[in-house]
Amino acid sequence: MSEVSMTVNGKPARGTIEGRTLLVDFLRETLGLTGTHVGCDTSQCGTCVVHVDGKAVKSCTMFAAEADGATVDTIEGQAAPDGTLNTIQQAFQDYHGLQCGFCTPGMVMSAAALLKENPKPTEAEVRSYLTGNLCRCTGYHNIVKAILAASGQDVTGIPGEIAAQ
Amino acid sequence: MYAFEIERPATIEDAVKALSAEEAQPLGGGQTLIPTLKQRLAMPSVLVSLTGIPAMRGICTDDAGRLCIGAATTHAEVAEGAGGFAGLAAMAAKIGDPAVRNRGTLGGSLANNDPSACYPAAALGSGATIVTDRREIAADDFFEGMFDTALDEGEIIAEVRFPVPEASAYAKFEQPASRFALVGAFVAKYPEGVRVAITGASENGVFRWTEAETALNGNFSASALEGLSVPADEMIGDLHGTPEYRAHLVGVMARRAVGAAR
Amino acid sequence: MPKDTPPDHGGIGASPKRREDVRFLSGTGNYTDDINLRGQAYVHFLRSDMAHGKINGLDLSEAVKMPGVLRIFTGEDFKSAGSIPCGWQVTDRFGQPMQEPRHPVLCETHVRHVGDPIAAIVAETLNEARDAAEAIGLDIEELPAVVDMRAALEDGATKVHDELTSNLCFDWGFVEENKQAVDDAIKAAAHVTTVELINNRLVPNAMEPRVAIGDFNRGTGESTLYTTSQNPHVIRLLMGAFVLNIPEHKLRVVAPDVGGGFGSKIYHYAEEAFCTYAAKALNRPVKWTCTRSEAFLSDAQARDHVTKIELALDKDNNFTAVRTSTLANMGAYLSTFAPSIPTWLHGTLMAGNYKTPLVYVNVRAVFTNTIPVDAYRGAGRPEATYQLERVIDKAARELGMDPIALRRQNFVTEFPYQTPVAVEYDSGDFNRLVDKLEAQADLGGFEARRKESEAKGKLRGLGVNCFIEACGIAPSNLVGQLGARAGLYESATVRVNATGGITVMTGSHSHGQGHETVFPQVVADMIGIDANMIEIVHGDTANTPMGMGTYGSRSIAVGGSAMVRATEKIIAKAKKIAAHIMEASDGDIELKDGKFTVAGTDKSLAWGDVTLAAYVPHNYPLDEVEPGLEETAFYDPNNFTYPAGAYACEVEVDPETGKVTIERFITADDFGNVMNPMIVDGQVHGGLAQGIGQALMENCTYNADGQLLSASYMDYCMPRADDMPFFVVDHSNGTPCTHNPLGVKGCGEAGAIGSTPTVVNAVVDALQSGGHKVDHVDMPVTPSRVWAAMQQG
Repeated sequence: MSEVSMTVNGKPARGTIEGRTLLVDFLRETLGLTGTHVGCDTSQCGTCVVHVDGKAVKSCTMFAAEADGATVDTIEGQAAPDGTLNTIQQAFQDYHGLQCGFCTPGMVMSAAALLKENPKPTEAEVRSYLTGNLCRCTGYHNIVKAILAASGQDVTGIPGEIAAQ
Repeated sequence: MYAFEIERPATIEDAVKALSAEEAQPLGGGQTLIPTLKQRLAMPSVLVSLTGIPAMRGICTDDAGRLCIGAATTHAEVAEGAGGFAGLAAMAAKIGDPAVRNRGTLGGSLANNDPSACYPAAALGSGATIVTDRREIAADDFFEGMFDTALDEGEIIAEVRFPVPEASAYAKFEQPASRFALVGAFVAKYPEGVRVAITGASENGVFRWTEAETALNGNFSASALEGLSVPADEMIGDLHGTPEYRAHLVGVMARRAVGAAR
Repeated sequence: MPKDTPPDHGGIGASPKRREDVRFLSGTGNYTDDINLRGQAYVHFLRSDMAHGKINGLDLSEAVKMPGVLRIFTGEDFKSAGSIPCGWQVTDRFGQPMQEPRHPVLCETHVRHVGDPIAAIVAETLNEARDAAEAIGLDIEELPAVVDMRAALEDGATKVHDELTSNLCFDWGFVEENKQAVDDAIKAAAHVTTVELINNRLVPNAMEPRVAIGDFNRGTGESTLYTTSQNPHVIRLLMGAFVLNIPEHKLRVVAPDVGGGFGSKIYHYAEEAFCTYAAKALNRPVKWTCTRSEAFLSDAQARDHVTKIELALDKDNNFTAVRTSTLANMGAYLSTFAPSIPTWLHGTLMAGNYKTPLVYVNVRAVFTNTIPVDAYRGAGRPEATYQLERVIDKAARELGMDPIALRRQNFVTEFPYQTPVAVEYDSGDFNRLVDKLEAQADLGGFEARRKESEAKGKLRGLGVNCFIEACGIAPSNLVGQLGARAGLYESATVRVNATGGITVMTGSHSHGQGHETVFPQVVADMIGIDANMIEIVHGDTANTPMGMGTYGSRSIAVGGSAMVRATEKIIAKAKKIAAHIMEASDGDIELKDGKFTVAGTDKSLAWGDVTLAAYVPHNYPLDEVEPGLEETAFYDPNNFTYPAGAYACEVEVDPETGKVTIERFITADDFGNVMNPMIVDGQVHGGLAQGIGQALMENCTYNADGQLLSASYMDYCMPRADDMPFFVVDHSNGTPCTHNPLGVKGCGEAGAIGSTPTVVNAVVDALQSGGHKVDHVDMPVTPSRVWAAMQQG
């Protein structure tokens, strides 16, 4: 067992962990931040994506000990303190980019990382960036549309019920 | 996972020392090792994290013009910072997915030598030199078959030195599920000759396709490879492709890599 | 905000933003694994690593001494418990009931598939439970595994269950009386087209793995199960009554936020019964969280049919008969609804959209040493559609006919239409669907697009498909005759609060479908109030009426209808109250825009005035109605609903690698009336991705020893964002269902049902355009299979 401390969503967090404690377990179990999910055990589904020192990582494939001293951002820290959704979150709601909601935190965190690296991605770039995030509900259509909309691009040409921006 | 301790040394010397412990194992980005640990397929007592060693991170150019990349440099950092070697940067930019690329490391990939991984093709295809804590190993001597390398117990890769080619490209046909290479071809053209390395295909892991190299030495164009093929008998056959299919893809991917080389 | 988005308080036909989204987008959803109970212990299931074996003994002596172990359970502990029940009994061609083996909670004498649970270790921590599992001594004698269905039916084949006479679960014929006439029609046909195909086994793969937490309150004697279920009441009934013998009033089942189901979370699973039982035995909460690797070994799988279909046509290309013969894999045990899938949910759709007069469907269901198979999005209907639309497409090619013209020629055009396979279609307009498809899909521009693809060195193909499904499951009296051991009504309680707000408690369960948003739209529309005045409660047997849950595209058609009926009762009672207060007769009271008026007068009362009166009954017709305003309705449909569609897909095939990419996908669906177009779009999108996944990449594969080869996302290929195009989806101007109050048909499964033949037809078209003599490629149409097919000629 060892002590670990990090900054999570802007606040200091610490806890006692085993070597084998995954970052996601530390977030979910020690800190009670259950918005970050676990959907696979082979580092593919991306429901566990968080940002560590500003970069998207799969928190199920990183040990909590490796995040000692790091800055970690999770889905719980994305909205404003009063609960107002950020631009990406709001676009997911506006464009029906989620159904069951299980993949959603990882999708939002990946989208945030994408738009930080590439503020105006093309459709193909969005789809390529999401290859580490599986969604079984949406067919990705409205997720891609929401991310393009969140980047400020015109999505009126994209088919669907919610067509106009 | 079984229980283990994690050590995070700051120097290569400390890492080597930590790895001398019974059942100690190095931890790179963990993108393959952690899933393996979850299945309880490995039982280390100590994991020695190599990602916190500054000397093992970063990209520079040596006096010989080689691109020297610290073994703990992530795929994303190589994609971003190895622009002088376009084929290598583009290859790194296509490994796994963005989150995997932010953790996975060059050294981890080479040391694991997964027969479907991309980096072994880049290292072998460029005649890189693998610098460990104790020696230098030519890529041609490094890969010893599936999941097997010339590394000794407790030996860690510190850096890899890539000669920068005149033109290069990596063409990958992805295994649809894992997105590893079903077949990947790395082609690099050097003044002293062309190198072609194939990953994903062979039961013996990454290999140089010497017939293709010979053909390309005379004429560096995709058409030079027309009609060339590798025998199917040592190719991998699995859910995702027969040996014949993989043998066929070796030709296709090599031609595409040559066509894309710049 | 998108400017064409209707406001949040929209009624029927509007697309308000989903109210459930805020919690999911901010990480504050409440999924089962997010629940942790004080003092909970953890269970790890020791699962079989062999497909078939005889348990000679288990040595627990070391394991029970391991740190943290509370107790280790084996099959012995469940000797007196019931079998995990099957909810549907199929009667075979000869009038005999299907063979139905015992399905124990934990293995008793044998292991019958990889992943079969042998022992359950409950410990203080999950790691301690796993450590102890490794200390259990297993004496299991490996037996030959039965994997291939044909081999399973051979004389002398190893039996999956010793107590059964063979591996044949049943041999079903439908309609048996038509068999001879169908045989005769095929003999007499001018042309017969035959396709032999495999409908590949799938793993549903909801992104949330299953979780179960058992809890027992010694003070009240009540057991509670928190579980990832699509139908908590069904679990309560099956587990309480058939497995653990817990009366329903002492058993509560809670299914909170559930991360997708697609069918796989309908069934009652052993782990649920285990956690409920163990919590009582240990007097502690017991939690199980499935890993994805474990899900591959323990979630019900799907499809897995081997089929031969023959289509007979007369000299004028009219369909005269369809004969189809299928081997359907049940796996090692009968999952909850398994026998109904290849029979009643498959055979009854074999007329498709066509006036084929004679149909005969034979299905032999087979036990194998594989993970049980049950419903997955579409459930039987994708298997029916796939074979029918493949054989029609092949017939068109053989006859040199345009595939759309051949379909149009044979369409059913008058409704209601009694099919030769029992069901009666109430409404539809298949020609109009194809008209819409042709317009949306710009089929006229296909040749030009093909040329563009060819210029890039790619083959381009166009596939079309027309389909119909039976949804809104289902009329209880009918399914009872067909073997269902349950009713399939739905329930709703509408509770109007004193100040006018409404709480609707529904037996439907939302796990992505957006009920919390859509159901209020309906009630709001009926009363004429803001939808935000209405809240939906679901997923907890303690506070919802007995309901059958969500599957089979039934929520709005059956659950929505129950809610409408309950709301109608509310309105009728409210009118009585309003009539009393306004001193008018009931019949003169009108309710519009949330206001009661007396016809022909200027008297009016607001919604809230009447609801308040119901709870403060000072001026109230107490001799006529009781105080309060709360009504429950159970709705049992008198027919299935029949959504239909026409789909088109264009693919490109890379002739060098065999890789298929979806370039365009266009749908024209008839869902009847649409309550929320945005939600319906999303349902279609998701179904399409699952169907495209089945067609191109997903395949659950076992080796000859019964080992699962596609046991993780490393080998089971899930569709990703870059595998999909943007879809063009149209569901406007549907033909309303004639027998439910909303005129709705259900939209949840269409995409998965209609897409597989569309894709494969397109791939065959592409290959033929390249000169390849390929008339069928089995799903999934992977690059290696396409390449191999191209090598054949």
